Amino acid sequence: MSKLTKKGSQWSRRDVLKATAATGAIAGAPMFFTRHAYGADYLNNPGDAGSVKLGFNVPQSGAYADEGADELRAFKLAVKHLNGEGDGGMMTTMQPSELKGNGILGKKVEFVTGDTQTKSDAARASAKRMIEKDGVIMVSGGSSSGVAIAVQGLCQEAGIIFMAGLTHSNDTTGKDKRANGFRHFFNGYMSGAALGPVLEKAYGKERNAYHLTADYTWGWTQEESLIASTENIGWQTQTTVKTPVGAGDFSQYITPVLNSGADTLILNHYGKDMINSLTQAVQFGLRDKQVNGNDFVIVVPLYSRLMAQGAGENVKGIFGSTNWHWSLTDAGSQAFVKSFGQEYGFPPSQAAHTCYVQTLLYADACERAGTFEPCQVGAALEGHKFDGLGNGPTEYRAEDHQCFKDVLVVKGKENPTSQFDILEVVEVTPRAQVEYAPDHPMFAGGNLGECNNGA
Amino acid sequence: MDSILLQILNGLDKGGAYALIALGLTLTFGTLGVVNFAHGAIFMIGAFCAVTMNKLLTISKKVKDESITFFDAFKEQPYLEIWFGDTGAKIVEYSVPLSILLAVPVMILIGLAMERGLIRHFYKRAHADQILVTFGLAIIIQEIVRHYFGANPIPQAAPAIVAGSASIGEWFGLGPNLVYPWWRLIYLVFALVVLGSVFAFLQFTTFGMVVRAGMQDRETVGLLGINIQKRFTIVFAIAALVAGLAGVMYTPILPPDYHMGMDFLVLSFVVVVVGGMGSLGGAVAAGFLLGILQSFASMNEVKSILPGIDQIIIYLVAVVVLLVRPRGLMGRKGVMED
Repeated sequence: MSKLTKKGSQWSRRDVLKATAATGAIAGAPMFFTRHAYGADYLNNPGDAGSVKLGFNVPQSGAYADEGADELRAFKLAVKHLNGEGDGGMMTTMQPSELKGNGILGKKVEFVTGDTQTKSDAARASAKRMIEKDGVIMVSGGSSSGVAIAVQGLCQEAGIIFMAGLTHSNDTTGKDKRANGFRHFFNGYMSGAALGPVLEKAYGKERNAYHLTADYTWGWTQEESLIASTENIGWQTQTTVKTPVGAGDFSQYITPVLNSGADTLILNHYGKDMINSLTQAVQFGLRDKQVNGNDFVIVVPLYSRLMAQGAGENVKGIFGSTNWHWSLTDAGSQAFVKSFGQEYGFPPSQAAHTCYVQTLLYADACERAGTFEPCQVGAALEGHKFDGLGNGPTEYRAEDHQCFKDVLVVKGKENPTSQFDILEVVEVTPRAQVEYAPDHPMFAGGNLGECNNGA
Repeated sequence: MDSILLQILNGLDKGGAYALIALGLTLTFGTLGVVNFAHGAIFMIGAFCAVTMNKLLTISKKVKDESITFFDAFKEQPYLEIWFGDTGAKIVEYSVPLSILLAVPVMILIGLAMERGLIRHFYKRAHADQILVTFGLAIIIQEIVRHYFGANPIPQAAPAIVAGSASIGEWFGLGPNLVYPWWRLIYLVFALVVLGSVFAFLQFTTFGMVVRAGMQDRETVGLLGINIQKRFTIVFAIAALVAGLAGVMYTPILPPDYHMGMDFLVLSFVVVVVGGMGSLGGAVAAGFLLGILQSFASMNEVKSILPGIDQIIIYLVAVVVLLVRPRGLMGRKGVMED
């Protein structure tokens, strides 16, 4: 083994190691210590460019593709309105608003789209491509809590704001909340809190509930929330059964309900699973049964019009909750329905509504912050109170980045007057009834952490 | 007792669908030697024949929906109802059974086109090539269906007369909770009739005899001057027809979507392997067996002892069967044993 010395080669191995370490420390130290120090610099800063790019990451294939298609329609409409085209939609009713119809901060809004495939890994890959290749300044969309939580985490690591689309799991703004993530949509706890009193009024205090639950974060937290709210009104929880997502045929899970002694079936299913399980439950005659002297009833805690359309006549008379419904008569909802209806020929879904609102809220926050810098935009969203966007007075709570607003309890309409008239709003539950403390046990364990601007 | 009987019925029902698909897969493999991963897509096309028939029967006149004032919305009133009143509505109601009339020619044509246009070019290629090309074909078919019909399931209602449940418990003096949907019972009977017909066709006709002989020894049958290839093409079309009809009749049970073929394909392949490659009887027996086991594994009592067993039972049984009987339950020596 040859030994290099200062005398022979001027450098020993130890010298080389020391020099490498010193160079690394000098080169790396400023970046490490100051990556958040320059408020003016941040990831994908549009600088002097005349446009700014947003990333809309929605399911374009897979079980929630129809919801994704509606989200994309809403995003496109929001971009159109932000750029001063069309009738302005809810930009005309939003209060307060800094939006001027000249893009965001004077820059024309452009967008790229990605396909989440309703799979976390595909959604992350798609968001990563948008951030790294397309240079988007914000990512929005998603129609599954698993996807939303995965993409929210990615945006936090990258230093981009994530404006969540349809995600209903408590965990999104609970144990998995992130400083860079914001949710306008309501959550499982709120569904439970809104539904409890309505169910008590409709079906009384003595019921045995049987839960069929989608086996992932959203199903688990919704089941937990519904058990809490129904037991609070005196119901008993007979059995809870987890079902695989995308099971297709639920008959083997439904038949045990027949002999269980339960008189209420709570379907913690969404999308295709809800359509299939509800259809099959009705086929097995559950709605015609009488148990314990009670008529057997089914509850679908999270409803969407698209889903209800898929389930057809089976939804008649079934209670559930929703974030928004196109039949609302406030000025914001009417402006949005008119704008969306004229553009596409049918009313928007709740998924479309939340995505449209999130885009406007992001744009408005940028205007108020006077920058696209994620941490300053996030600060502008935190604690922001607004109205005129279809849900009444709303607040983005600073502690967990969850929007607090009224919740709608809906029921499958007995006598629909049109193909879109499937659900009727039976109660608007006030915000105070669905609000909870930031450290509520169902949301415990998470931490927003530090905002990351990706610089 | 009631719950056990219900799970047996569930299993038979599900097993019926598995057996019908697996029968077609085995026929294709036994005759043409082709591992056809597009067979699930054929099942899905059958289901979409029902959707198409329903759409054709409900071609509608657009009438402005006055209840919506925000924008121009339209109600749809089927021409059949406008022209024929209640009779028209009745025809629409029976769209699923009627769609068999559409499915029969469509599935035979698709089967013939698939075999003549694509599969025959892969007869002498490796099984891996056959799997790749048929899998690719399945993806293309499902994406075409998604493009035209969307991704959400499209519910198809059974005729109102069989939309409810049969009180089986009352028939046999058992508990009142033993009820089962009429359409599922019809599906079970339908599956048994189709399976019986295919077996009878292969067992009791000259055509079937030649096909069975060809499955045993294709070369010798050819040497006798019989155009076995032509018969195998017809068998492929029959396999497509069986899968397509299974798809049509399954639509009131499971609202069809573009991905349903893939969901059934994997399970049906396990059924074929468990039954024994190339064994028609094995495919049917394994279809019903695995359907029943899957249903029982979903019972709460079973899941409380073995959580998650419902997700793996089929694959677990496949492993055990292949360990004990490497050729499957009724597999023959020499099949896929080059």
